[in-house]
Amino acid sequence: MGKYLLRRLLYFVPVFFLVSVVIFSITMLLPGDPAMAFLGDAMGQDKVAYAAMRAELGLDQPVPVQYANWLGRALHGDLGRSIRTHETVVEGLQARLPVTIELTVVALFFALIVAIPVGIISATRPNSLLDSVGTVLAIGGVAIPEFFLGIVLIYVFAVLLHWLPSSGFVPLSAGLWLSLQSIIMPAIALGTTVTAVTMRQVRASLLEVLQQEYVVVARAKGLAEPAVVRDHAVKNALIPVVTVIGLQIGRLFGGAVVVETIFALPGMGRLAADSIFFRDFPMLQGVVLVMAGAVLLFNLLTDLLYAYLDPRIRYA
Amino acid sequence: MAAITSEGPRSGYRERSLGARFLGLISQILKTRGAGFGLAVVLLVIFLAATADWVAPYDPNVPRGSVLLQPSGTYWFGTDHLGRDLLSRVIFGSRVAVEAGLVSVGFALTLGVTIGLVAGYWGGWVDDVLMRLVDAIWSFPTLVLALAIAFSLGQGLINAMIAIGVVFTPAFARLVRGQALSVRERDFVTAARVLGAGPSRIMLRHIWPNVIGPIIVQSSLMVAQAIIVEAALSFLGLGVEPPQASWGSMLRTGYQYMERAPWLSLFPGAAIFITVLSLNLLGDGLRLALDPRLRERGSA
Repeated sequence: MGKYLLRRLLYFVPVFFLVSVVIFSITMLLPGDPAMAFLGDAMGQDKVAYAAMRAELGLDQPVPVQYANWLGRALHGDLGRSIRTHETVVEGLQARLPVTIELTVVALFFALIVAIPVGIISATRPNSLLDSVGTVLAIGGVAIPEFFLGIVLIYVFAVLLHWLPSSGFVPLSAGLWLSLQSIIMPAIALGTTVTAVTMRQVRASLLEVLQQEYVVVARAKGLAEPAVVRDHAVKNALIPVVTVIGLQIGRLFGGAVVVETIFALPGMGRLAADSIFFRDFPMLQGVVLVMAGAVLLFNLLTDLLYAYLDPRIRYA
Repeated sequence: MAAITSEGPRSGYRERSLGARFLGLISQILKTRGAGFGLAVVLLVIFLAATADWVAPYDPNVPRGSVLLQPSGTYWFGTDHLGRDLLSRVIFGSRVAVEAGLVSVGFALTLGVTIGLVAGYWGGWVDDVLMRLVDAIWSFPTLVLALAIAFSLGQGLINAMIAIGVVFTPAFARLVRGQALSVRERDFVTAARVLGAGPSRIMLRHIWPNVIGPIIVQSSLMVAQAIIVEAALSFLGLGVEPPQASWGSMLRTGYQYMERAPWLSLFPGAAIFITVLSLNLLGDGLRLALDPRLRERGSA
């Protein structure tokens, strides 16, 4: 396991380096001049102030030097200052991160509590009515975009029924119930695709495991079918599901951009969209770096967990 | 050299005419539950996109009646906030969806297949460098990267399609590389190499035909994803430019008038949902039709 861990960590470093190169390159390509954006139109006309600001931001340096300076500062936790709000990028991220974490955790929780039981029922009763319903839900869930589902949910539960607030965020510190009320619709909108993908994976994986010889042996020993499924099949069937869930983290972060915009949640996704539209280069670099870093980290953790659960992987 | 190719695993395939193979593929696809529906809807959307100028009842960009009219016999889907016929805009929106799906996936396919073939065939440091770059792009949340690229390039459908193409490239590169790695060790590739075939020839004549099946399946699924990403970009204001109709930008407008006119969101949203659903069903059918092992498992 130690060698496997080292191999995966060695893989992580160059990919993260390339991620940083891609982020820096993209933000360099964004239209607009950061020095002008910092100074504003009036001050930007002052050539001396403009040149000083370019020097302060390091924009008078060659691009590779700018990149090295940016990466060096980023590795020390200094991601610069927001052009729009003038707060430090780290402060901005700290304020928005809990919202996105709560949103993705609730979305993932929703996905798991729906997908695993439905997937198991579908696999243990193949071609039944329940299986057909599960399959239709899974196919539909993959096809419905988060932003359309979000709008439908707002219309039904906020506009028609007045059960839930249509937008806004209540932090956990204000009370669990109030916070859940504000997050439940966005979480369902965000988590539906993940639910569908996980459901399909659970079903396919369990169907395969149920045909394995050791399951046949368990049945031959006289174990009741629920015990066979619960004690022998489900645990092994859920191993590949770990990978599928791990790979959904990027999807959840991407979906958070539109979901947080629709539901007016002050999270990282909305911050990413706002940073782009307000040409807030430092904030955008910070948000994307954290999101991509988190995806990489989850991929790494998923690999390690998978290797821990299935020894064949780490000895391959 | 032709003899070597014909000795490959696809030799039986080559004896049948293109038309017979196509009909055989269609009949296999239709055996999968839902795939027939998927194929029919996809064909309908393509038809609407191609003939929007003739089949749309009104000009999609010209106000026709009062604003926010409910669906009626005259305006089947109602009118939008500017009094434009919503049905006509949904029909013209299909053109953007089809264009976005096909062009962006075509772009990703070209780039991804090239990277995957080169990485898979050459291996070694070439594979390492290319695949680490692919992994880096793969690490970004799709929509965040597409948003950033689209904004860097500027608003517009072409730029949105390029952005989507870039973010989808890793999916094809990884798929093709994996297939190429397994195919390059097969005897018919070794035989071709021994007989003097160069890398380009081996990649294009021997490896490519053997990876095309999974690529067709992946493409159909990626077209569906591309339609969603384009709609998301347009929803956020980075896709097509007004007044051009796109399902995403129509949803954005509908969202603003949700309480007064829910149909403004319902029809474009349903168009995205049904189209994506159909492409996914078609993709499932294609997967079963092109992979005999899955067919056997499915019938077992």
